[in-house]
Amino acid sequence: MNPRRKKRLTIVAAILIGLGVVAGLVLYALSQNIDLFYKPSEVHYGKEDTGIKPIDGQRLRIGGLVVPGSVIRDEHSLKVSFRLTDMNMPIEFKDSDPMVTVKYDGILPDLFREAQGIVANGVLSDNNIIEASEVLAKHDENYVPKELADSAGEKHDKLSYSEEQLKQN
Amino acid sequence: MQFDSISAFFAMGGYGFYVWLSYGVSALLLVLLVINSKLRNKTIKKHIAQKQKREQKLRQAAKQQAQDTTKNIDQSSEKTHQDSDAKEVLS
Amino acid sequence: MWKWLHPYANPEVTYHFTGKLIPWFKYLSLALLSVGLVWALAFAPADYQQGDSFRIFYIHVPAASLSMGIYFGMAIAAFSSLVWQLKLADASAAAMAPVGAVFTAIALFTGAAWGKPMWGTWWVWDARLTSELILLFLYLGVIALHNAFEDKNLAGKAAGILTLVGVINLPIIKYSVEWWNTLHQGSTVSKLGKPSMSLDMLWPFLFTFFGFAFLVAVIVCIRFRTEILARNSMRPWVKSLVLAESK
Repeated sequence: MNPRRKKRLTIVAAILIGLGVVAGLVLYALSQNIDLFYKPSEVHYGKEDTGIKPIDGQRLRIGGLVVPGSVIRDEHSLKVSFRLTDMNMPIEFKDSDPMVTVKYDGILPDLFREAQGIVANGVLSDNNIIEASEVLAKHDENYVPKELADSAGEKHDKLSYSEEQLKQN
Repeated sequence: MQFDSISAFFAMGGYGFYVWLSYGVSALLLVLLVINSKLRNKTIKKHIAQKQKREQKLRQAAKQQAQDTTKNIDQSSEKTHQDSDAKEVLS
Repeated sequence: MWKWLHPYANPEVTYHFTGKLIPWFKYLSLALLSVGLVWALAFAPADYQQGDSFRIFYIHVPAASLSMGIYFGMAIAAFSSLVWQLKLADASAAAMAPVGAVFTAIALFTGAAWGKPMWGTWWVWDARLTSELILLFLYLGVIALHNAFEDKNLAGKAAGILTLVGVINLPIIKYSVEWWNTLHQGSTVSKLGKPSMSLDMLWPFLFTFFGFAFLVAVIVCIRFRTEILARNSMRPWVKSLVLAESK
């Protein structure tokens, strides 16, 4: 290998190693922040490993299951509120579970329903209320044919909106 | 068949836009990739063939030159002139 | 083993061998894809929650797993090129990179078009989506390095080092949905034991997956042969081959 090529290879190798180290450090620094969202219990008691607890006025994402029976929809507008609880296996809902109330004004994703996983992005107030600006539905890895689910009584219908509700938006 | 009619098939239960967008863009990207791969193959072969033709011409020219030179070896006055010609062709 | 492998390290033998493979891969891919796609679009049952938007699954999941599989193959090629100085390995890595990049782009795009109606957003910076985007950038970096140098050996070395550094991203993509809270769900098909879907949904997936896999094989073979020709353009066998074809 002639000296010029050797020099170029050294430069390239140095750049690549440098990039690798930088990427590693960034990943390390982010490792506590890579989680997309807080769970409702973490809003109450702090993050599992770091104990970090969100404060009022902080913008955060919250992820959990919609508590059955907690969805309240305004008849005349898109305003909706529901409660979220931790996703624990097996899925069961108890009143003693830590919960967070989410308030939202907008069209919910098609997958939204009771007991569905939801990620909401918003501002925390009163320690357990989130004024959400965005609500995303989290899907699980199970796919079931429609007919099978219908006969098992697990029918899923999209939320429907009246014209009056949509006009408010 | 899961659909009752052709229009139901295209509507995809209300998700037609997203489903056909996904399938369409994927097909487009794959077709472009295949065309690009075949074109590159052709271009490389053309390049090599062209280069070869050029080399052959040069070789023939050099051969011609060499024959001319041996023929004219006594006519030393022209020899230098021929040499510079050969160099021109080769470069 | 080396004695047995030796003829395949010969560019001329490999060129003709892959040339014989292409038609087989091509017809297998065409057959599997045409059956699989019709099955996926018209005959597979709709999901009880997602309805017909679930049909994007049959492109999204094969593309995503192949984007990682191709990277793994490229990393093996880069490793053997760096350690054993196999020139053919460099050529195959250069052939795989653009194919991997396209499949990563397909996975990202179909994911976005599926996420919009289901999740409610085209894009979210969760660990799975972000690491797959980094995979696309790794592919683009490898392609750029292969083209950055006149000297193909040097280009192969630089691209190979980047490829090997980037391997760290593969387990991050695979396990991101388990290690962190993500919007993206866990794995359906490769889950140990029983896959989380019924058989009449799984069968079309197997057809499209292997159909795309053989399509990858066809395209990689074509590009691999192009690379072999480009890197051996001064060899007599290439010259006579090109001459014979151009007549």
